[in-house]
Amino acid sequence: MSLPQDISIALLHQMLRIRAFEEKCAELYSAGKIRGFLHLYIGEEAVAAGIMPALTLEDAVVATYREHGHALARGLSAQSVMAEMFGKQEGCSSGRGGSMHLFDVTQRFYGGNAIVGGGLPIAVGLALADKMQKRNRVTVCFFGEGAVAEGEFHECMNLAQLWKLPVLFLCENNLYAMGTALSRSESDTDLVTKAASYNMAAATVDGMDVEAVYRAAQEAVGAIKHLGIPYFLELRTYRFRAHSMFDPELYRPKAEVEQWKRHCPITTFEQRMRDAGLLDDAQLVALKADVAHEIAQAVAFADAGTWEPAEQLERDVYTRQVSGA
Amino acid sequence: MNLNEPAAKIRTTYREALRMALREALQRDDRVFLMGEDVGRYGGSYAVSKGLLEEFGEERIRDTPLSESAFVGAGIGAALGGMRPIVEIMTVNFSLLALDQIVNNAATLRHMSGGQLSVPLVIRMATGGGRQLAAQHSHSLEGWYAHIPGLRVLAPATLEDARGMLWTALQDPDPVIIFEHAMLYNLEGNLAADAGAVEIDHAAVRRAGDDVTLITYGGSLGKALQAAEQLADAGIGAEVIDLRTLRPLDSNAILASVKKTHRAVVIDEGWKSVGLSAEVSARIMEGAFYDLDAPVLRVCSREVPIPYAKHMEEAALPQVPAIVQAAREVLHRA
Repeated sequence: MSLPQDISIALLHQMLRIRAFEEKCAELYSAGKIRGFLHLYIGEEAVAAGIMPALTLEDAVVATYREHGHALARGLSAQSVMAEMFGKQEGCSSGRGGSMHLFDVTQRFYGGNAIVGGGLPIAVGLALADKMQKRNRVTVCFFGEGAVAEGEFHECMNLAQLWKLPVLFLCENNLYAMGTALSRSESDTDLVTKAASYNMAAATVDGMDVEAVYRAAQEAVGAIKHLGIPYFLELRTYRFRAHSMFDPELYRPKAEVEQWKRHCPITTFEQRMRDAGLLDDAQLVALKADVAHEIAQAVAFADAGTWEPAEQLERDVYTRQVSGA
Repeated sequence: MNLNEPAAKIRTTYREALRMALREALQRDDRVFLMGEDVGRYGGSYAVSKGLLEEFGEERIRDTPLSESAFVGAGIGAALGGMRPIVEIMTVNFSLLALDQIVNNAATLRHMSGGQLSVPLVIRMATGGGRQLAAQHSHSLEGWYAHIPGLRVLAPATLEDARGMLWTALQDPDPVIIFEHAMLYNLEGNLAADAGAVEIDHAAVRRAGDDVTLITYGGSLGKALQAAEQLADAGIGAEVIDLRTLRPLDSNAILASVKKTHRAVVIDEGWKSVGLSAEVSARIMEGAFYDLDAPVLRVCSREVPIPYAKHMEEAALPQVPAIVQAAREVLHRA
């Protein structure tokens, strides 16, 4: 444990926020307030929480459909994200996107993308635009290990390295592409060698250790900004909950889930902070109270939100409308 | 300069008109760049971008790997990032490798983001048959793209539109797909020396007539005009409408003509089934049913993958005699 106390507290706070937000979402799903698909980030909080501090507001984020944590850690308000879950027009995507499509252009948060691998080309393009306009920025692109089987992954790794584009590829390896284990979908399960085959700088990180993620992100973003190269990080993590709310979890043993839960990124980090004298009971209680208050306010905000009039249905399909068409 | 003098004309081709448009866009806006397979060193698979690499350099004339999904998606991302990319895809058949990016991202990002994002991307691609390239290089899938809300789809059929649609498309905040029929690249003609941007929202009447409306676009426009010429010899006045914009369709122009002629034939190199011609026909039925004196007829590609052998390909594609025949049928003068 060698991070300063303020950073450690901030990382813990971020993980607690995400955990509490996701637990509330599960509850609200059961209550019928949230519908559609809901993919929870519980267990993977250290990844989003550890990556985002390496970015400035100038940098861009492209995320997956399991992106509530990315959005919150990036700086979207819990209120606007929760309102989006509710389908309210006060939501960050005006209720048009839902859980899988959170956007906030002011945060350069270019969305949850619900096509596995579909966000990678967009990230490559955002980075190309930065490079062509000589802006020293990074685009981070989250995707799961399932995306590694997609052609778009390989096309984008090649293009980013070929053109030396400032993309940080973040592979959240939670071992299961929905219900398909990595070993059942990849001929070679070592993901870093895939990046290496494109001559891309790459590293594997313990995605359950927020400090390790934090340090790896700082190093990778630093390398990208100084050397103008793309970078690949494999973040080994695990989702504690089902893939979505419809998933009976027949594909993985309960003992495996329990085993991973013992490596919970939040409780392990809490313990390390306590051991290092950086956290006491009172501080933890205060953090949790703060988070509980924020989530309660987010739910109240979402509840009080309004439904967009259906008359506006065809809005925002085109920026420029053609009359009579 | 004498203002009464007709504007000076230059002799040129569709291909050169497209290149003039590209050059103008690259000169006028430094956010514009071109990327695609073989657009640089090779000069473009149809030689449209020949010479542009030497003139504008590798940063702005980008040869890409054969990764349609990556470079089309990179165009989307670059557009979000403030650039004005022009992405060239060799043929519409290859664009299927990028369908995910076009349909799931380019067309949806504005809507999914609640209006926060626009994707000012232009995608150019060749389409159509006629060169004995068989079933993986000859199809006309414009109708597929025209099916998708969020996309704007253009089909320049004349030198003026080849020269003028690109700049206007680049000014559009939303994704625009421009279909260039491969048989048009060598089309030669006169173009005003000062030709420039054209509007992209309306169909055009390419020939006026009172007896029957021939509705078409892209590579079939020339065939429709030839058919109209033959019909004129028989005393039949055919009005020829060039749709120009396939999405959104200019229904008003179609209906106005049909209400005048009371008869319509739709000519489309796409297949009949579930295609653009079906859409045009349905709109006529919805908007001008009681003005019709005969059912709408369609002249389309036969329902086969386009074959290689010349006589078989010709049999598969819409041809002038079939258009003349259809026009005569709706006039009950077959």
